[in-house]
Amino acid sequence: MHEPQGRVDDDVILTIEDLAVHFPLGGSLLGRGRRWLRAVDGVDLTLKRGECLGLVGESGSGKSTVALSILGLLTPTRGRIVLDGQVVTNRQSGDRKALARIVQMVFQDPYASLNPRQTVRRTLEDPLRVHGVTAKSEIEDRVATMLRHVGLRPEQAGRYPHEFSGGQRQRIGIARALILNPKIVICDEPVSALDVSIRAQIINLLLELKDTLGLSYIMISHDLGVVEHMSDRVAVMYLGRIVENGDWREIFERPAHPYTQALIAAIPDPLRHAPLATTGGDLPNPLDPPNGCAFSPRCRHAEDVCRHEPGPTLETRPDGHAVRCWRSEEIAGRGALASSVSGHP
Amino acid sequence: MTGSPLIEVEDLSIDLDDGSRRVPAAEGISFRIDRGETFGLVGESGCGKSITALALIGLLRPPLSVSGGVIRFEGREIQRLSAAAQRSLRGNRIAMIFQEPMTALNPVSPVGRQIAEMFVLHKGKSWREANQLAVESLASVRVPAPERRVKDYPHQLSGGMRQRVMIAIALACGPDLLIADEPTTALDVTVQAEIIELMRNLCAERGTAILMISHDLGLVANVCRRVAVMYAGRIVEERSSADIFRAPSHPYTQGLVDSLPRLGSRAALGRSRLKEIAGVVPAITNFPDGCRFNPRCAQATDICRTAAPKTDLLDAGGLVRCHHHA
Repeated sequence: MHEPQGRVDDDVILTIEDLAVHFPLGGSLLGRGRRWLRAVDGVDLTLKRGECLGLVGESGSGKSTVALSILGLLTPTRGRIVLDGQVVTNRQSGDRKALARIVQMVFQDPYASLNPRQTVRRTLEDPLRVHGVTAKSEIEDRVATMLRHVGLRPEQAGRYPHEFSGGQRQRIGIARALILNPKIVICDEPVSALDVSIRAQIINLLLELKDTLGLSYIMISHDLGVVEHMSDRVAVMYLGRIVENGDWREIFERPAHPYTQALIAAIPDPLRHAPLATTGGDLPNPLDPPNGCAFSPRCRHAEDVCRHEPGPTLETRPDGHAVRCWRSEEIAGRGALASSVSGHP
Repeated sequence: MTGSPLIEVEDLSIDLDDGSRRVPAAEGISFRIDRGETFGLVGESGCGKSITALALIGLLRPPLSVSGGVIRFEGREIQRLSAAAQRSLRGNRIAMIFQEPMTALNPVSPVGRQIAEMFVLHKGKSWREANQLAVESLASVRVPAPERRVKDYPHQLSGGMRQRVMIAIALACGPDLLIADEPTTALDVTVQAEIIELMRNLCAERGTAILMISHDLGLVANVCRRVAVMYAGRIVEERSSADIFRAPSHPYTQGLVDSLPRLGSRAALGRSRLKEIAGVVPAITNFPDGCRFNPRCAQATDICRTAAPKTDLLDAGGLVRCHHHA
């Protein structure tokens, strides 16, 4: 898999170039003494049509900030987002509706993200009306069709969210995201608030809908088992930057960045009593990021070069696997280090 | 397993009083934990695992109450102890850590004081001595610069650091049993690994038994030696963690093991549709008759819909509650 850069590619539905989102913190009225939190700092990503891109990383790594920027809910400090051939950054406010027809989001918590005072019908009809669908019969048809798509019955449209179980509520959340026929759906932890025995139903539904409706997904999750199952490609974020990006099999079978290796090794193996591999330390304070490679204070492979500026750049190998690490070649040369630590079969 | 158990739960039932009637939130719960043993209680929200733990330390409050059964700690019935005797067990001999350390810690008290309090209350130390011990406790849970961190308030610490403080408080008095209720659910996987290893190592060094409660069967199977799976207020299967993933016996446990995408399985077996467990988790006020899993079970027959299954001993070791178990 290679990623053509700098030219138009019909396969690509979303391109993010050098995206940065910085938040001002504190300081006086005139901005004296103000500090900047670099939540996202130079992210490049592409999403192909029909693809599921997994976005992983610890809380605070910037995954959700990337998602909110794509949705147009945050204004980037720098960079460009191209959605289906249109540049959406620096847009006029009126374009918001156009954006909503291309990209939608499924939220983590179906208890908090549905209006408890609106029936399911109202939740699904409102976006249609806002977007100019006025014929009553068409609205009814589209609501009924969408409910069937997500495994609910059209007769249930008159009910309120509290009358549904958690899994059913997430189906409503998915229906709401899909009612305008978007091309891209951002799924932010779509199953982590659900009961364990319900998760498989929702994962299967999301994958089915992706195929039948020809959707592209950005899948944000901390559950690497779910990410591996659903994704075609995986991007790993650390402290506002992509540290590794590649085909799902490459990422999970031959993780090249020590951070990706640590994430995978930290997953408990249910078949074995072996100790979990630990990384040491927390995510550094994003207001005071470490010198050089942001992962160096926690990295067991860090050497002097890693602790000095400039930090490593994201280098794309010929096979499309990109890694931001000075020492990934050397580390890889030492054999299956990660797998011996994690004890995965 | 030899000798007398540290804690023994026999036929415990817990009722929920919803104003007009009493509904069983948990029933027929029996298990034992030996000294220094690691035991896991796994289930979905509402299955009764957390209230079982609260019953063990006498912290159930209305509308929940114990309606039957016996809990013995070192042979003594906990329910028969006076309130004062129960208090001296809690925190001292049986300690608990919770899912969200931010809400479990006192936000307006420095963390050092919250640790020191344990030594003052349970060990009769002076505040001066206790403050010194608090620094040592923070050092033992590997909080960097403990002599400075004791002065911090909970909001000044990261989630992982707060959970370390919780562990320091829980282990301060050298308890015999540590109850850990979803101790890492709010944390990232790398931090989870740190906290689990810390808890596992400290408890092994000190001979502290662990009762770990979680929805994550994989994590519990990795940490604990034995696992009990709960569904809708009952324990449906109890096995060694070596067996629970390899040869689950109850259809619910089988469903859980099969339905979750496990790391490495797609690379090994390709992506296939996940096996779903049909239906929904029943509400506590609406548990089905007979076996409570029957509406979701592919193997259910008439008897499953009418009679609650008894607990059977498995030849391979372990217990299962199913009319048609493997």
